[in-house]
Amino acid sequence: MKSVLPVMTVVGAVLLFWLVAVVPMNMHLVADQAQRDGVSVVPETPVERQAYSGIGLSLRNLHLVPRTYDFVRPRLPAPQQVAREMYATIFEKKITSKRSLVYHGWVTLAPTLLGFFIGTGLGILLAVGIVYSRVMDRSVMPWAIVSQTIPILALAPMVIVVLGAMGIQGLFPKSLIAAYLSFFPVVVGMVKGLRSPDAIQLDLLRTYHASNRQGFWALRLPASTPYLFASLKIGISASLIGTIVAELPTGAKAGFGARMLVGDQYGQPLVSWAALFAAALTAAALVGLFSVMERVTLRRMGMRTA
Amino acid sequence: MIWASAALMVWAFGWWVNVRLANGPMSENAGVKVLIPAIFGLTLVIVWEFLVVGFEVNPVILPAPSAIVTRLLAEGPRLWADFHQTIIKGAMTGYVVGGLAALGIAILADRSAFLTRGILPVGSFMAALPIVGIAPIFVKWFGSDWESKAAVVAVMVFFPILVNTVAGLRDTTVMQRDLMRTYGAGYWPTLFKLRLPAAMPFMFNGLKIATTLALIGAIVAEFFGSPTVGMGFRISTSFGQLALDMVWAEIVIAALAGSAFYGLMTLIETRVTFWHPSQR
Repeated sequence: MKSVLPVMTVVGAVLLFWLVAVVPMNMHLVADQAQRDGVSVVPETPVERQAYSGIGLSLRNLHLVPRTYDFVRPRLPAPQQVAREMYATIFEKKITSKRSLVYHGWVTLAPTLLGFFIGTGLGILLAVGIVYSRVMDRSVMPWAIVSQTIPILALAPMVIVVLGAMGIQGLFPKSLIAAYLSFFPVVVGMVKGLRSPDAIQLDLLRTYHASNRQGFWALRLPASTPYLFASLKIGISASLIGTIVAELPTGAKAGFGARMLVGDQYGQPLVSWAALFAAALTAAALVGLFSVMERVTLRRMGMRTA
Repeated sequence: MIWASAALMVWAFGWWVNVRLANGPMSENAGVKVLIPAIFGLTLVIVWEFLVVGFEVNPVILPAPSAIVTRLLAEGPRLWADFHQTIIKGAMTGYVVGGLAALGIAILADRSAFLTRGILPVGSFMAALPIVGIAPIFVKWFGSDWESKAAVVAVMVFFPILVNTVAGLRDTTVMQRDLMRTYGAGYWPTLFKLRLPAAMPFMFNGLKIATTLALIGAIVAEFFGSPTVGMGFRISTSFGQLALDMVWAEIVIAALAGSAFYGLMTLIETRVTFWHPSQR
C-alpha cells in the first residue's frame, strides 16, 4: 500500500504529458477546421501553416487550444475523449451490439483463454517429459529456448489466413496462436521449476524409498508452483497479444484487433484508441487475476511470493 | 504411402540415434550436446519434406523445405534489401533509441526513491500490455517509411529495459555504498563505478527480452503501410501472390535474425558481466 502515492504520481505525470501533447499534435488539423468555420487563424493559408511546427502554431493560435481537446478526428485524442468513447461503447451499448466493446472483448478473450489452457496443459506435459527423459531434454529443450528468440508473433496473421484457406475458421485458428505463444514460456518455466528442488531434498526422498511418481507429486510439483505462476502470467499476456495481432491485418470482423484497424482505416481514431485501452485493461485484469491466485495459492502452501 | 512410411522410418531412426547418444558414454561431450538437437531438427525437416511430397500438399498451404531453400538462395539480394530495411533501419534504430531513453529515465528516476517506487509497478504493468496495437496509429503519425517502425519498436522495448534498469540500480548493498562514501566518491563516480556495473545483469535481462520485441514490432508495423521493401511488406504481399515459399524464406530470415540478435546480446553480456555468479 506504501506505493499507491508514487504510482499515482507516475500515472499523473504520464497523463499530464499526454494532455500537453494533445495541443501541438492536433493543432494543424484544428486550425484547418477553424478556418473553414470562419475563425481567424494566423498564418492564413494551410500551406503557410505547414512551415510551422505543432508547438509554433499553437503559440500563435492560443485561442484555438480548447478546440484541440474536443476535435472529432484528432491525431491524438484527449484522455477524456477516449474515456467517454470507452464508457459509451462498454456501458451504453447492448452487449450483443456490433459496436459494443464488451462484444469485441469477448470475441478476443474466448480464443485467448481456450488457447492459453491448451498451451499451458501441453507445456506442463512436455516439461514433465523433459525432466524425466534425458533424450527429450537434450533434443527438445534447446529448441524450446531458441524458439523464444524468434518473432513468431509477427506471423500470426499468416497462420490465420492459411488455416482459413484450409476451411478452418472461427475460434480455432486464433486459439492455435494463443496456445503456441503460451506454450514455450510454460515449458521453460516448468522445467526450471520441476528441477528446483535441491539435491539434498531429492536424496531425502530416495532414502525414504520414494518412487519417481511419489517424488513428482510430493516434491517436484509443489516446488514448481512459484515458477508455474510466473510462466502463467507471461503466457496469458503473450496469448492475448497473439490473438490481437492475429486479428489486426487479416480483415477480421470482430475483436479488439479488428476494432483498432477499423478505427484506423475509416478515420475514427477514437474507436482505435478505445479498443487499445480496452485491450490494455483486459491484459491488466488477466495478469492481475493470476497475481491474486498466485498470492493466495502460495500463502496456503506456506511459500512466499517468488 | 511409401513417402509416409519413409518419413516414419526417418523419424524412428533419428530418435533411436538420439536415444543412443543421450544415454551413451559421450552424452556430456560438448559436441554431442549440439549434435542431438541438430539431429532432432534435421529429422523434423526431412519428415516435413517427405510428408509434403508424399501427400502432394498444395504449395499454397505448405511448401516443402527444399522449395524454401531454393527461394532463399535465388532471392538473396531482395531478402537482403528487406533485412536491411526492417531489421537494421527499423528494429535496430528503435532498439537503440528505446534503450537509451529507458536508461536515461531510469537514471533520472533513480535519484528519488519515491519515483522508483512508482515507476517499477507502472513499468512492469506496461510491459505486459499489447503495445503492438499502437502500430497503426504510429504509421499514420510518422509516415510509412522506417521511422514509424523505429518508433513502434522504441516504445515496445522501452518498458522491459526501464523496469530492469531501475530494479538493477537498486541492487547495491548498504555496505557497498558506504564503502564508496568512505572513498569520498560523489554521486556520479558512485553511479559509474558501482551502481551501473551492478545493474548490468538486470539490464541485459531486459535487453535480451527486448530483442524479440524489436523484431516483432518492426515486422508487424509494416503490415499497416510500408515502402515496397521490408520483411513485413514482403510477407504480406508474397502471401497475397500465394508465393508461400517466399513467405517461409522471410520467416527463416526472421528466425535467424532473432536468434543472432539474442545471441549477440548474450555474448556482450558474458563479456560485460564476467564477474557475476551466473557467468562464472
